[in-house]
Amino acid sequence: MKNMAMKELDNEIIKERSKSIRTKGRQSQPIQCEADSVAGCVSQRACVYCGARVVLNPITDAVHLVHGPIGCASYTWDIRGSLSSGSDLYRYSFSTDLREEDIIFGGEKKLARCIDELVERYHPGLLLVYATCIVGVIGDDLGAVCKAASLRHKIDIIPVESAGFSGNKSDGYRAACDVLLRMIASEEAVPKKDNCLNYLGDFNLAGEAWIIKSYLNEIGIHVNVAITGDSTYDTLLEAPSASLNIVQCAGSMGYMGKRMEQIYGMPCMNISFLGLEDTMDSLRRISSFFDNYFISSRAEALIKREYELYAPVVESCRARLQDKKAAIFVGGGFKAISLIKQFRELGMEVVMVGTQTGREEEYDTIHQMVTDGTVVLDDANPSELETFMLEQGADLLVGGVKERPLAFKLGIAFIDHNHERKHPLSGFIGAANFAQEVYATVCSPVWRYLNLDGI
Amino acid sequence: MTKQNRVRNVTENPCNMCMPMGAIVPFKGIENAMIIIHGSQGCATYMRRHMAEHFNEPIDVASSSITEQGTIYGGENNLKKGLENVMQLYKPELVGILSTCLAETIGEDLGRTASSFTREQGEGFTARLVPVSTPGYGGGHYEGYIQALYSIVVQLSQKTEKHDRINVFVPHISPADIREIKRILELMEIKYTLLPDISETLDSPYIQPYRRIPAGGTPLQEIEAMPGARATIEFMTMLEDELSPGKYLESEFGVPLYRLPLPMGIEACDELLRVLKKLSSKAVPEVIKKERGRLLDAMVDSHKYNGAGRAAVFAEPEVLYGVTRIMAENGILPAVLATGSKSPALKKLLQSLTADCDEKAIILLDSDFVSIQDHCANRKINLAVGNSDGRFISEQVGIPLVRIGFPIHDRIGGQRILSVGYNGTMMLMDRITNTLLAEKLSSYRQDMYQSLYKYPSAAANDH
Ligand code: SF4
Ligand code: SF4
Repeated sequence: MKNMAMKELDNEIIKERSKSIRTKGRQSQPIQCEADSVAGCVSQRACVYCGARVVLNPITDAVHLVHGPIGCASYTWDIRGSLSSGSDLYRYSFSTDLREEDIIFGGEKKLARCIDELVERYHPGLLLVYATCIVGVIGDDLGAVCKAASLRHKIDIIPVESAGFSGNKSDGYRAACDVLLRMIASEEAVPKKDNCLNYLGDFNLAGEAWIIKSYLNEIGIHVNVAITGDSTYDTLLEAPSASLNIVQCAGSMGYMGKRMEQIYGMPCMNISFLGLEDTMDSLRRISSFFDNYFISSRAEALIKREYELYAPVVESCRARLQDKKAAIFVGGGFKAISLIKQFRELGMEVVMVGTQTGREEEYDTIHQMVTDGTVVLDDANPSELETFMLEQGADLLVGGVKERPLAFKLGIAFIDHNHERKHPLSGFIGAANFAQEVYATVCSPVWRYLNLDGI
Repeated sequence: MTKQNRVRNVTENPCNMCMPMGAIVPFKGIENAMIIIHGSQGCATYMRRHMAEHFNEPIDVASSSITEQGTIYGGENNLKKGLENVMQLYKPELVGILSTCLAETIGEDLGRTASSFTREQGEGFTARLVPVSTPGYGGGHYEGYIQALYSIVVQLSQKTEKHDRINVFVPHISPADIREIKRILELMEIKYTLLPDISETLDSPYIQPYRRIPAGGTPLQEIEAMPGARATIEFMTMLEDELSPGKYLESEFGVPLYRLPLPMGIEACDELLRVLKKLSSKAVPEVIKKERGRLLDAMVDSHKYNGAGRAAVFAEPEVLYGVTRIMAENGILPAVLATGSKSPALKKLLQSLTADCDEKAIILLDSDFVSIQDHCANRKINLAVGNSDGRFISEQVGIPLVRIGFPIHDRIGGQRILSVGYNGTMMLMDRITNTLLAEKLSSYRQDMYQSLYKYPSAAANDH
């Protein structure tokens, strides 16, 4: 260990946590992951409810009602960068705002009244009711209230089983996918549309889904619906009519793709539009699926044009980022993997990779991708991030809002790769944005002045 | 919308965050303190995220990470293990233990767990544990802040020999505000214990090496010694006696209490200086007199622009009252006044404060932003003052927002906004006046043209 006596490091790491920290080339046992967080360790993880909202919140014309005390709703109010081409109802925060008396007497009646008020004021086609931790404990029957309200108002009112403590964020993704599956299920067989696919796992952050839709549209493929970025209740119902599902964020929507394959026999393809290489590769794989000369040739023309436009931007950043060291701490394994690739495109070395809720297979892939000496962490806390970023000499951290101030206090550059971002990172233009953002932070002049002996 | 007078069940775009979130802040203002939240992991993470965005500081708060199992068999072991790990990683002198909706509902007893933990740790264990009951459903973040502040004082203060410091209690104001209050006290040569002091801990300078618990905060020994102080100043005029730390120190230990509004506006600042003059043998120094004079000058300079302001204000009770006071003094109409808190005292205070205004103010307690927005439309509001959550109103109905309070997450530097004292009052006023000016100047050519320029079309019609 560089610059740090073993004894000192021992003090920094909680014993129970050591199984979830691996240095490639040093330990042989695989990393421990998909386990509960250790109490008191200051985990960076959120909850099931958080995961469910990530997936469902981008449905723009739905009423998203949080059944629980106010905090859970308040902290998730309009915090994500999903864009809409129509309604902005999804940006409202609706809560049953349970109080002491509701906790004692139960919240079902209040929930029913809240639903009535919302339907009356906003006339939605879809109303989603999110369960928070407390709901199960006080014994509210969400399903029954929703069902009765649904009959009363003749609209879809669906409970989301997202009690925070019943797992972690990935369980929330799954709960959300189950809601979507239930919603699109229909008695009648749906006629298939030609050259048409669903685009799963893009939440239209900063308009990312729009970029990909425009690419596919240009090459002659119709995007039936993006799930769930900029989607509406009606467009989601059309989902079964596509002939292919492509999945961007496999972490959140891989499950939905698999289920639709089983239910509708719809093939499912994992793709990635993060980085130049992945974008080109994905466009080619999608067009070869449709096996149509016009589609393939238009895809090549688009790739050529966009590559020529944006590759020079990436190249010029690469020249200045060569051999800088990156640390990664993100939500899921899928994102970590694509970031490792993107840093490679930029000529950077990845020295630390962590995720909040990565799965075993994903850690296997990460392990294979990184070089000896890279530290891999699951469910890391601020102390571990601090320790390993310093020890590994990271120049840059990619992470979320909570990690940003830590990086800055340590004098380390930072880029946001979370759902709050306000600029697109997908497609060719996204790869250029990413490169420029990395360049802007890593090569900013401010780092030169961070010394304490100026006066 | 016509529903504003009806009692609604649903909360739309909340003004409130929850109790434990508010309770984190006072603990962050104690030297070498850490916090653990007893509940599921998500609550703590959300609160940390929310605070990190506002303060641009790492916000380390532990969670006992109760799982579904814990809700059935009790979470005591989780909490104890959590405390142990917090001690190892952070080595704090004090740990605030806060409950959540979940912990309260499954009947966790924080006090019992804290004392049995201390016992089990044995002799060498010197850290102080301060459990506070903060069920999220029991109130908003304002109530959580007050509950924590009160509990800290009650649990830590001990009968002490008299000393020459005074106690100062502040509501949730910015680190910059606290620095300004401290500066005024120091200029008046008054020794003090200010609680909670987040001026360094939540706005810390760049240092090396990094400290997990940032330097600063009120020293534990000084909190313990609060009963020996010469007097207490409590910048919270709407606290009920049962939750007032100043009242507690007065009735238990005979420390004289001065309850003052936040020094926002000329009169409230004067009131503070008069009390400080009494507590110090010193006359008000020239620097402060000049600051006062400059504020008066500024008030006159901008009064005509301010006359055009029709404002909606939303903030925590003490700050709401302070901003309203500044408006009332400067001829801005405080037309819609809202808070997420239920504070009954606030309503009365606001009513008497705005009694002389040209139009009666609408006062909304326990409110949400959709109601505020409805009222803004009715009252022709052209200026909003409050936290970033009001941006929605700005976006949707085009009312410009002057940011103050918590949270400010769509702008940088929420922790550095100064709004108290003569200087802070002047700075807040300038922000307000300039916003009104910017609004007017950005559109007045267009507006005048559209409303007044009629001749050519009339002439054209003649032909
Ligand atoms: S309201 Fe209750 S459950 Fe929700 S975040 Fe706050 S403490 Fe947690
Ligand atoms: S109460 Fe549960 S659902 Fe709400 S924020 Fe906490 S962990 Fe998440």
